[in-house]
Amino acid sequence: MRWKHPFLMMIVPAMLLGVANPIRSQSQNPVSQEPRNSCVSCHLEEEEELAEPVKAMENDIHTKNGLSCADCHGGDPTAGLDGDPDAAMDPTKGYIGVPDRTEIPQFCGRCHSDPEYMRQYNPRLPTDQLDRYKTSIHGKRLAGGDEKVATCVDCHGTHGILKANDSRSPVYATNVPQTCARCHADEEYMADYDIPTDQVEEYEKSVHGQALLKRGDTAAPACNDCHGNHGAAPPAVPSVVYVCGQCHVNNSEMFQESPHKDAFAEEDLPECETCHGNHGIEHPKDEMLGVGPESICLECHDEGEKAYEVAAKMYVDIDSLKTAIFRADSLVKVAETAGMEVVDAKFSISDARQFLIKSRTIIHKLSVEELEKLSKEGMKKAMEAYAMGIAALEELQFRRKGLAISTIFIIILAIGLYFKIREVDKKTQFQELDLGN
Amino acid sequence: MVEREQTTQIHRPGSRDSKEASGRITNWLLERYKVQGILDFMQHKTVPMHRHTIWYYLGGMTLFFFIVQVITGMLLLFYYKPTAETAFESVQFLMTKVRFGWLIRSIHSWSANLMIAAAFIHLFSVFFLRAYRKPRELTWVSGVLMLFLAMGFGFSGYLLPWNELAYFATKVGTEIVRDIPLIGHTIMKLLRGGEDVTGATLNRFFAIHVAILPATFILLLGFHLFAVQLQGMSIPISVEKTQKKIKLMPFFPNFLLRDLLGWTIALGCLAAIAALFPWELGKKADPFAPTPMGIRPEWYFLFMFQTLKILPAKIGFIEGELIGILGFGLIGILVIFVPFIDKASSRGELNRWVTIFGLIAIGYILFMTGLAYM
Repeated sequence: MRWKHPFLMMIVPAMLLGVANPIRSQSQNPVSQEPRNSCVSCHLEEEEELAEPVKAMENDIHTKNGLSCADCHGGDPTAGLDGDPDAAMDPTKGYIGVPDRTEIPQFCGRCHSDPEYMRQYNPRLPTDQLDRYKTSIHGKRLAGGDEKVATCVDCHGTHGILKANDSRSPVYATNVPQTCARCHADEEYMADYDIPTDQVEEYEKSVHGQALLKRGDTAAPACNDCHGNHGAAPPAVPSVVYVCGQCHVNNSEMFQESPHKDAFAEEDLPECETCHGNHGIEHPKDEMLGVGPESICLECHDEGEKAYEVAAKMYVDIDSLKTAIFRADSLVKVAETAGMEVVDAKFSISDARQFLIKSRTIIHKLSVEELEKLSKEGMKKAMEAYAMGIAALEELQFRRKGLAISTIFIIILAIGLYFKIREVDKKTQFQELDLGN
Repeated sequence: MVEREQTTQIHRPGSRDSKEASGRITNWLLERYKVQGILDFMQHKTVPMHRHTIWYYLGGMTLFFFIVQVITGMLLLFYYKPTAETAFESVQFLMTKVRFGWLIRSIHSWSANLMIAAAFIHLFSVFFLRAYRKPRELTWVSGVLMLFLAMGFGFSGYLLPWNELAYFATKVGTEIVRDIPLIGHTIMKLLRGGEDVTGATLNRFFAIHVAILPATFILLLGFHLFAVQLQGMSIPISVEKTQKKIKLMPFFPNFLLRDLLGWTIALGCLAAIAALFPWELGKKADPFAPTPMGIRPEWYFLFMFQTLKILPAKIGFIEGELIGILGFGLIGILVIFVPFIDKASSRGELNRWVTIFGLIAIGYILFMTGLAYM
């Protein structure tokens, strides 16, 4: 046998494991056994299609944990060493071979749904993936015989599976959108399902997509964070607020206290999504409030309604605070650029910004009184900062005047000294030193 | 007649009275302290006048900035609190809440830099004019040691506001010391007061900055000034060889008045710089924060810092940084002993190698400093 990959010579001893059924039972201590595995030796000598799975196992998490081909596929790898592949791939010895697509979840679930077994490799890894999968749209359709839906291997890969926190893994946070897009962005593939195929394209432009994909902020949600991963399903209308509330806790709680909660339920409107959208969520703007051309409120409310006035008032409160902060910040920056120490003013601006954030959050509750209270507090801080900025600029003027006066004084003193030197020099009889040249 | 005398006295207020009073005080003092000889010596002290006389003012200028440092330093001590928890806040309080506190700190920081700049120019002028030659060898040695101490003042004072830049610059600076063979690690621990830059380091640097360095500096300064007064100004070899006669200017009051004029102009410039470009405080040091980009020491250490930075990790079998440190140490020692190495100057001969060495040193310092800023 000729080894094409030297690395395989090293991993083969770890892969040369025993028998098949129950598949995993004999791999508990793989290295202690005599390294004899006909799967690797035979497959590497076969054509590319058959050799590829063995090569791909080089970086596989299962290989790294000491599992072999037979642990998943069954059979007796020791039996084929004498040149009889049928002996190794004997169904009576538990050989499964390549599982049918509909069997894949159960195939993986034999180990991954067994907490006791999984505990020895990764005690923190959940073991409910199969159960969750069965509740997902993918799982339900697969059970109904639709083989086009995603199974474990479609997202995680088959041979060469990496840990989910490995940045090369297709299920690593920043890779998830493209992994889902392989099917969901394929119009032809998705033609039978009557769902849009522009979700990932929209997501990439969204505030979440920009944070995750452009800035690499893995705290930002990918597809699975809202839809679930193994239990993937579109959130039902009443649960949208809980989905978004996983991260936007305050906004979610306030929404549930607001009059919108019941009103949206009556109209069957998907809560957060109604105003913010779903996959293509943009960074929220204050202009979404109020009665201006970009107002979202006007999509449901008309002039003359109380809600119309509330929307206008809320926008004014927020915008006034924002303007006050901007005015104070600009002034303080001028003073700072001129070299003034304005740390207290900056603290006040920071406090005012906190009130602006709180004000922007409280609007989800639609409480005009609470918003007014918060925005007034913020205005107070912004005004404080503005006053400190003015004081700093006045101090700057004082310093400049002081500098001008002291400079005049110093110049007069210097001129006086200059004339004194001339006067003294005139009176002085300078001696001479003979250098002898 | 009596009225005219009274009127005259009113028009020339106190002139005769004050002279008489001052004369009486002088006589009272001279009766008790026998310093008439010293006063006579001072009255007859002269300064040579020639085309290089301008360089004589640099020493006085350095002294002026040192005096500013002492005065502003003492004022800062009224508010500064040398602990990791309070240092930054106390400087911030001084700069924002204390009337003219910002000005005092700004003057202290700017004056420190101007003092070192003046000291460097003074050193190089003395070097090129061979003023260190016999009999002024020890004046040179004390001057060079004072320059080293001034750099020590700068290094120790830089950390005291306990801001981010100072913290990490000190960390990098004290780390370099560790590379000195055998004793490096001990010196680093001695400087830091432990393995890391902590509040203990701040305490040590404060003690070094306000007690150890000033005491040592004052001793050297006393000797330096005494030697200058006793031996007078050196006449450059080139002047000695080319001119037949030179004029001598009385030190009191002619030269002193010129010195005062220079100091007045320096004070004006210092006040303007300090007021127009107040020294920034920056952010408070956070030992757990990652080292920010662009950390570098004060400009007068930059040529050494840059050299250590560009040296390869290994030169032969020795670490590059170690060679750099030993090299600068050796050059420092050579500079101290220049008067004893350059014997030709003492014989009144111009040693061209001294000029070449000086020019190379200036070129190297300027080039490396420029490189560090790029």
